[in-house]
Amino acid sequence: MAEERGTHDHDHDHDHDHDLTFQPNIEDTEAGRYELMTYAIRELLMEKGHLTPDELRAAQEKVESLQHSDGAKVIAKAWTDVDFKNRLLDDGNAALAEVGVDAGAAKMTVVENTEDVQNVVVCTLCSCYPRAVLGMPPDWYRSKSYRSRVVIEPRQVLSEFGTNVPDDMTVRVHDSLADLRYLVIPRRPEGTDGWSEDQLAAIVTRDTMVGVANPIAS
Amino acid sequence: MSGNFAPGDTVQVISTHPPGHRRTPYYIRGKTGEIERVCGDFANPEELAYGFDGLPKKTLYRVRFKQTHVWSDYAGPESDTVDVDIYEHWLLPA
Repeated sequence: MAEERGTHDHDHDHDHDHDLTFQPNIEDTEAGRYELMTYAIRELLMEKGHLTPDELRAAQEKVESLQHSDGAKVIAKAWTDVDFKNRLLDDGNAALAEVGVDAGAAKMTVVENTEDVQNVVVCTLCSCYPRAVLGMPPDWYRSKSYRSRVVIEPRQVLSEFGTNVPDDMTVRVHDSLADLRYLVIPRRPEGTDGWSEDQLAAIVTRDTMVGVANPIAS
Repeated sequence: MSGNFAPGDTVQVISTHPPGHRRTPYYIRGKTGEIERVCGDFANPEELAYGFDGLPKKTLYRVRFKQTHVWSDYAGPESDTVDVDIYEHWLLPA
């Protein structure tokens, strides 16, 4: 825009509005069919006394308070305690309960990156995501582009995330379609010997637990 | 735990296209893979979606497929895989 402004003829007076663009209000888009159905069900549940506004607000607050930092703590513990890591791989829900994380009804399936295998998670049907440990999924995880492409050309998609997987390693895509939720244990990077769990947790980003990136010691 | 398949068994995904809420993605229908693990028995989500009770429960498996088998023009190495969660009623011995 700066260039246009520079060449703009400014001989006229300035009592009119220039072309201002406003951020759209969220109500500006017309509600779709499913949004309207959601509103209708919410109103019915409230009218019939099954749900109060306060309960709904509290539930939303709970969901939105879930953070990937919980997952990062779990990974840091798995890196420093091999018995815990093995329990996590064996029965994700039980191991998470040990550290106070309630994974809910979904079966937490934990997969481990090794020097031979890079795991990456997708839900090609919708956006199944381990919210109990990672919070809300990022927009890209729910995008049609990621969901369709990562299963067909995972190496290309990973490289777009800056993760280049050599050909002598296996890329293992996990399509999370049903009652399982996946969590990736990334590889602990070199140069982190002697680090505390807190230090380790700080380098375990959300994307490393989905498998599209790998932690870096920094 | 019920279930007719065990880890290591070769299975083929049924190639069928019934209407409704289905949990087996199109790209894997008709493909052959190997049972990676038995995940347990779950109420059938294809029934739950319509307000039924989803019973009897169905055994869920993780089935591992070679990417070069799933996609004829797959660009990566032979060892790459896609693991898909599939319910027993979608699988046949192969």
